[in-house]
Amino acid sequence: MSDLTRLTAAELADKIHTGEVSAAETTQAHLDRIAAVDGDVHAFLHVDAEGALEAARAVDADIAAGTAPASPLAGVPLALKDVLTTKGVPTTCGSKTLEGWLPPYDATVTRRLREAGVPILGKTNMDEFAMGSSTENSAYGPTRNPWDLGRIPGGSGGGSSASLAAYEAPLAIGTDTGGSIRQPAAVTATVGVKPTYGGVSRYGLVAFSSSLDQAGPCGRTVLDAALLHEVIAGHDPMDATSVDAPVPAVVDAARQGARGDLSGVKVGVVREFSGEGYQGGVLRSFETAVAQLKELGAEVVEVSCPNFTYALPAYYLIAPSECSSNLARFDAMRYGLRVADDGSHSAEEVMSLTREEGFGAEVKRRVMLGTYALSSGYYDAYYGSAQKVRTLITRDFAAAFEQVDVLVSPTTPVTPFKLGEKVDDPLAMYLNDICSIPANLAGNAAMSVPSGLSEEDGLPVGLQIMAPALADDRLYRVGAAYEAARGPVLDKLGELEASK
Amino acid sequence: MTTTAELMDYAEVVERYDPVLGLEVHVELSTNTKMFCGCPNSFGGDPNTHVCPVCLGLPGALPVVNGTAVESAIRIGLALNCDIAEWCRFARKNYFYPDMPKNFQTSQYDEPIAFDGYIDVVLDDGEVVRVDIERAHMEEDTGKSLHVGGATGRIHGAEHSLLDYNRAGVPLIEIVTKPITGMGERAPEVARAYVTALRDLLRAMDVSDVRMDQGSLRCDANVSLMPKGASEFGTRTETKNVNSLRSVERAVRHEMTRHAAILADGGSIKQETRHFQEADGTTAAGRTKETAEDYRYFPEPDLVPIAPTREWVEQLRATIPEMPWERRKRIQDDWNLTDEELRDLVNTGAIDLVAATVDAGATQADARSWWVQYLNQQATSRETELADLAITPAQVARVIELVGSGELTNKLARQVVDGVLDGEGDPDQVIEKRGLKVVSDDSALLAAVDEALAAQPDVADKIRGGKVQAAGAIVGAVMKATKGQADAARVRELILERVGA
Ligand SMILES: [Zn+2]
Repeated sequence: MSDLTRLTAAELADKIHTGEVSAAETTQAHLDRIAAVDGDVHAFLHVDAEGALEAARAVDADIAAGTAPASPLAGVPLALKDVLTTKGVPTTCGSKTLEGWLPPYDATVTRRLREAGVPILGKTNMDEFAMGSSTENSAYGPTRNPWDLGRIPGGSGGGSSASLAAYEAPLAIGTDTGGSIRQPAAVTATVGVKPTYGGVSRYGLVAFSSSLDQAGPCGRTVLDAALLHEVIAGHDPMDATSVDAPVPAVVDAARQGARGDLSGVKVGVVREFSGEGYQGGVLRSFETAVAQLKELGAEVVEVSCPNFTYALPAYYLIAPSECSSNLARFDAMRYGLRVADDGSHSAEEVMSLTREEGFGAEVKRRVMLGTYALSSGYYDAYYGSAQKVRTLITRDFAAAFEQVDVLVSPTTPVTPFKLGEKVDDPLAMYLNDICSIPANLAGNAAMSVPSGLSEEDGLPVGLQIMAPALADDRLYRVGAAYEAARGPVLDKLGELEASK
Repeated sequence: MTTTAELMDYAEVVERYDPVLGLEVHVELSTNTKMFCGCPNSFGGDPNTHVCPVCLGLPGALPVVNGTAVESAIRIGLALNCDIAEWCRFARKNYFYPDMPKNFQTSQYDEPIAFDGYIDVVLDDGEVVRVDIERAHMEEDTGKSLHVGGATGRIHGAEHSLLDYNRAGVPLIEIVTKPITGMGERAPEVARAYVTALRDLLRAMDVSDVRMDQGSLRCDANVSLMPKGASEFGTRTETKNVNSLRSVERAVRHEMTRHAAILADGGSIKQETRHFQEADGTTAAGRTKETAEDYRYFPEPDLVPIAPTREWVEQLRATIPEMPWERRKRIQDDWNLTDEELRDLVNTGAIDLVAATVDAGATQADARSWWVQYLNQQATSRETELADLAITPAQVARVIELVGSGELTNKLARQVVDGVLDGEGDPDQVIEKRGLKVVSDDSALLAAVDEALAAQPDVADKIRGGKVQAAGAIVGAVMKATKGQADAARVRELILERVGA
């Protein structure tokens, strides 16, 4: 394995910008790594070698000409979740219904990456339309966890997290509606951040649940995530829900945190995120992490957020409701799959048959749930009540952040489970996101940072850090301090079978 | 037993039943761009040329509200005497239809931007009727389907359909009345007068083209009947495809006679959508659905709430022009017009033109006479609107000035106007080019007068004998000899001088 794929994004950027290595050879090294291991991992749905190399060569040309790099990450390649549109490059959202669709436009995140000189290696696998916690709902087959190819890499962004853990990419983009960045990060021992809602434009992010979806950075270190965060974040006039405020100084915060001093920082432990359903090794890893935060100088208190208990049911009314409407456009009329187009069926029948054929079971389940929850006579009891719970959760956060600067919890209650173990039990699957969902409902910022391996099974565990809206920098300060104190986790991952 | 072909005599309908109307008017705003994207908002264009990822509903695309459309919505609300919401949202109206790219329409549901207003409508005889407005809300238009093959031109039975999304996302304001009751036999007239008043108002505000023929103003007419004296409304039908002001009146009247026939026969009205048929003035049932459509409205999560500040609302209130009917009343008083004179002005659409001509220096009587009579005839014969004639109020005022100073006769003046309308230049240029000068040299005129008198000695004798009105024949002969370029009044004076009458 090439040394280049073992480096962090920050290290690669430094070598590329000083001319020590070229962006093209860096990109090629990762393409080679993908060719070597992705047959086993299946992190990618589409590899765009030509596009990535072309972008890399443009960075090299800039550097050769003495032009300043387009961004601190210029030339460092990246894996992009297949839910963000890429002009002329397939974008499937893990669904059969979008097989072969070539978007005529770039998502704002995609455009910012291109403008920053970040070569896009390809599009990563995901649960269909980002609905799931294991990537098993991808119409193109699951991604496998590099820690154990028989286990799930998390979801929906399992492709992005696995590409990092398998050293196929130094950086990745995920999207997080209920934990789809953080849970995959936790179970692969990588870093994933869900920025404040509205912090990163959703334009070109194919919507699952508009009021919850948020794109964010994924990396192997907190600093790498921070560097990527600053490339993709910022106000976008194309997204009405985009926050028109300066991007928090997350890179500075990560550098400050890495110096290892958290004195003056108040950390709240969420009482509700422990107990039944939590794996022992996960809880002990969390306790160790909290102890480390104290050693770094943080003041730790326990806080109660009583309404977090209702977050999961509220989420499973709001997200399906919005998805039932968002996914209505996949009707065979303008793009994507079309079946029964033999002239013997009406337009309505073509729509219906295409949706039946094009959507997987989990998508159909949520579309039906949402259709029901919004229907007349049920709206108040379901969607209306869920929105009230959402307000209560936002208030719980507000009250907690009056006492503390950040909240911490395990990212997931359990370590990665085996492929197939929970596919037939949606409720068990949904419980994976029990700790991550409140931040989506309230719209504030949250991160998962590796917190070692569970003592029972030697599998990764994540520490979740949550901060108030627009205070994303706090995540990076605390996350970087903790990361430095705990030491690397991913290094404990042996070489993948296939590439040994 | 009852067939839709059976109608009750209208006099009997209004004797036995009270009609209840509800009118829903959709107005396409004439903003530069669409409601939620930057595509041009213009009528026509090659199919699918005014489209982008947003109005095509492509995966990942997001809407952003057009601020000018919100401004127009607030202004319309204010002109309709509505309250303006301090905080309101868009909602998604979910249903599947191929001409709707997202399979939901972004609209407003229970939080309209404007609500609780009214408009005073003036009927033909001058009676004023107040129509209460329930709400005015913002939404986006759909695309257009063209169903090819099949008998009806509707989706049912078509061989295939073509979709044009140029109109998808065009900003619409939907204006909904409260139930209009107590109008009796005048209900159809009230419906037409209401839509006419809305059209005039929106045109005066310059927020829409308000062309019913192009669909930029569309009216759905809800009609129900209840037995005379009853207070509970009957079952209503909603008639769509009403494409002219006259059709509004006809559609309401037709539905009243149709409902009455069914009710009198012991039948019941089916709540349904009907289509107005221009050719014979009847309505036909639309496709009926087994179950009521459940639109599953919920707040549009891709847009943020709209909270117009009160300062902004007051600024917009100051931009509301005088209501067209108030202006008419003021002009009638200012110009001291009879009701009939005012009606001529309104019906020919000449008010603004006359006012501008007066502003350019003409008297209102002269200005009115030109626009309502000669120019209106010209508009008719040239198959155009008065306002579209190729002559400006300033040019008309100049012609009037030249007539007043005696430099043009009325006949010459019409030739000058014809020249302007034909694109020969302004009035002075036309006079120059066509050589249309009044002959005011008395010696030249006297020669013509003498010649005419000599040619008709018997007439000359009559004049001498005191029959002054007989001079008309000589005047005519002189005018003919001078090709109309003489001042007829002066000619008459010279004739009388010459015969010593
Ligand atoms: Zn557009």
